[in-house]
Amino acid sequence: MISLYTRRRFVNALNLIVSMGAMAFGLFWLGWILWTLLARGLPGLTLAVFTQMTPPPGSSGGLLNAIAGSVLMTLLATLIGTPVGILAGTYLAEFGRRGWLAPATRFINDILLSAPSIVIGLFIYEAYVAKVGHFSGWAGSFALALIVIPVVVRTTENMLRLVPNSLREAAAALGAPQWKVIVMITLRASRAGIITGLLLAVARISGETAPLLFTALNNQFWSTDMNRPMANLPNVIFQFAMSPYEDWQRLAWAGALIITFGVLALNIVARVLFRQKTTLH
Amino acid sequence: MDAPIITNPKITVRNLDFHYGNFHALKNINLDVPERKVTAFIGPSGCGKSTLLRVFNRMYELYPKQKAKGEVLLDTENILDPRQDLNKLRAKVGMVFQKPTPFPMSIFDNIAFGVNLYENMSRRDMADRVEWALRKAALWDEVNSKLKQSGNSLSGGQQQRLCIARAIAVKPEVLLLDEPASALDPISTAHIEELIHELKADYTILIVTHNMQQAARVSDYTAYMYLGELIEFGDTDMIFTTPRKKATEDYITGKFG
Repeated sequence: MISLYTRRRFVNALNLIVSMGAMAFGLFWLGWILWTLLARGLPGLTLAVFTQMTPPPGSSGGLLNAIAGSVLMTLLATLIGTPVGILAGTYLAEFGRRGWLAPATRFINDILLSAPSIVIGLFIYEAYVAKVGHFSGWAGSFALALIVIPVVVRTTENMLRLVPNSLREAAAALGAPQWKVIVMITLRASRAGIITGLLLAVARISGETAPLLFTALNNQFWSTDMNRPMANLPNVIFQFAMSPYEDWQRLAWAGALIITFGVLALNIVARVLFRQKTTLH
Repeated sequence: MDAPIITNPKITVRNLDFHYGNFHALKNINLDVPERKVTAFIGPSGCGKSTLLRVFNRMYELYPKQKAKGEVLLDTENILDPRQDLNKLRAKVGMVFQKPTPFPMSIFDNIAFGVNLYENMSRRDMADRVEWALRKAALWDEVNSKLKQSGNSLSGGQQQRLCIARAIAVKPEVLLLDEPASALDPISTAHIEELIHELKADYTILIVTHNMQQAARVSDYTAYMYLGELIEFGDTDMIFTTPRKKATEDYITGKFG
């Protein structure tokens, strides 16, 4: 008979192997994707990509208008979505302890969180594009903001709930009113987590194609007018990758590389900034 | 119950009842807490001593379904009166908790936070106040070179003294200590106990503790509670040497609890 101890060691080793295997499986595909992206994207990544506009088929060009459009709309969507998301998340975590409003909001937010992004694009099309009569950068930003909000609401609430009640009590014991406890203590204590959630939201919308299809559409030319259709990387990639022209396909790979490494860089920068902040206080 | 004659009560409790939902946690408590003395509350877990402490600054109001009935006079003011300004009450009645709770900010700001709630101060005055509070909490010599560092960077015992400094900085009249040393090592505990000795010159101190030696060492008066009732209250020496009630004696001698 195997002793209990031997059995436990065996189960432990088995679990370790299975877990490592699962990790290797995930990393394998991620590595492959990144490798293909680098192999196909790097040759197309010339200076012209960052200085010239999207070309007509058969001629050379770059992605400048699409990069600018994507950055602009992502930025605006984040600016719109962040305050709404953080305030709503704060309400759910700090005020919504009694009553029916908070549970209902949380439920609807969860639905919004998992809503297909094309539905959000169609909604903005109906609610805004169809009313004003044209596609626009604003419409694209609104659609992306609708994707940002539920992600930020969720992470803000989760992070605030991780703050121990003893910290709230300690601040209240000094006589601090609730809004001061929230602004100066609990939000501050969960700052790192909330910003991580925000970055996840930015990462997610910078690659979204579907919600922009019916809202910002696309634009072959340079435009920063938010009231006109606006070029954006995901849709340019989609259009160019599906085309039979080799120039376009090369640009599509370069665009994909830019988005992926842009998000990666953003994450790394935020993490490095944060590490310093957390050791500081 | 023949209570000791307290001529200068800082807090007077009259017919206090407390409920957590349907649970009757404090039953008709009557008590006079003397000014500028240390009063210890002892008793087995769940006897209501922490609950009683949390009535004195109405901390229980953070949670729904917790209700206090009766009268608690701070000097002559009934603090259970709904018209009582909670923030003003908590400026007068400071509290330190079982686990150290430094705020996520610098040591300096940890102390300035409470002061800023009540006083508009110049930076110089604030620096003086922070130093005063840290000296009072016997922490100044250990932290004066790193006031900008996070409160979380301190050891557990230092964090707890930081919390005491933070409570003192507001210049309260009463200090509530809820097992302030139970999460600390013996040396840090000794620090805190010395501190309590020094602080009672200026403050009325109420301390909840599970450690009976601690109660005997630091307090002037002791209240023994059991199942939500105040069983015996009196001079600490008397409670620990010649308790009037059998239940108190059993608990103190370790026969029970």
